[in-house]
Amino acid sequence: MARRLIRTVLLAGLLTALLGVAAAATIEVRDFDDPQLARRYTTLTHQLRCPKCQNETIAASASPIAADMRERVAAMLEAGRSDREIQDFLVQRFGEYVLYRPRLSPRTWLLWGGPFLLVGLGGVILAWRVRRRTAPRALDAAERRRLDALLDREDRS
Amino acid sequence: MTRRLLLLVPLVLFAGLAVFLYRGLNHDPVGRESALIGREFPAFSLATVADPDVRHDASLLAGKVTLVNVWGAWCPTCREEMPQLMALAEQGVRLVGVDYKDTREAATEFLDTLGDPFAVNLFDPDGTLGFDLGVYGAPESFLVDRDGIIRYHHTGAIRPENVEQEILPRVQRWRDD
Repeated sequence: MARRLIRTVLLAGLLTALLGVAAAATIEVRDFDDPQLARRYTTLTHQLRCPKCQNETIAASASPIAADMRERVAAMLEAGRSDREIQDFLVQRFGEYVLYRPRLSPRTWLLWGGPFLLVGLGGVILAWRVRRRTAPRALDAAERRRLDALLDREDRS
Repeated sequence: MTRRLLLLVPLVLFAGLAVFLYRGLNHDPVGRESALIGREFPAFSLATVADPDVRHDASLLAGKVTLVNVWGAWCPTCREEMPQLMALAEQGVRLVGVDYKDTREAATEFLDTLGDPFAVNLFDPDGTLGFDLGVYGAPESFLVDRDGIIRYHHTGAIRPENVEQEILPRVQRWRDD
């Protein structure tokens, strides 16, 4: 039992160390005097998509264009530009493609609204089925006669 | 009967999803359209590869339909498309090069060996014009009309069939316009 615990702890430690190495290898260190700017830099670069490497953020990508974009984001932050301005600047050049969080526009209504639409639709179907199942209905005259006949036969046998 | 049809709903949903995902498999996100189509060519002020003292700005593109080609001597695909660029120049298409993140020495050697189809070659060692054009990997080409508006964008090497089917017809169209 104790041996197993030690083994698990050691393995977890090793994995954590490896993760640290991998993360440090991709991005250069960037110093901001203002911790607020550093936080915004981290958030922004993690929400922007590298145009060259498709499924990486510019924060994680090692491609030269991602490095250029990080450089621009940092410079614009230092120059006091807003997050929105920085995003607009990059979208103008590289297209909406670079936004990992697409903006709400007629083109993305379905994307943002789709999940709610589906949940709503599911709810309607569920409500309809439940209502149909629970609502008891009075027997009509023909059905009552048939029921009486069946019960009658049962009694006699 | 309607109950029976209702049983088909999962199958239809599955088929729709399969078609959607199958199309995604063959969809190449690298070839997507430039954000600059229909917009003015970005402003710049750059020296040429040939002469550090000669500077050009966006007025270089005024008045003539021009194919702007972003290249670099470090880029093997750019080497591949040079014969097509030479052919375009021979057919009278005006080409302006943007030597992207390169050195003058390497660029000059490249042009000496492979030929120089460019009317002017802008020298962009820091990639600033490339960045404003949204270039994320050379080679990329932009067709600019007489008013300096970007009309067409091609990523990757220009192949012989691209010359015939895409570029020459468009050059003609914007010349006539």
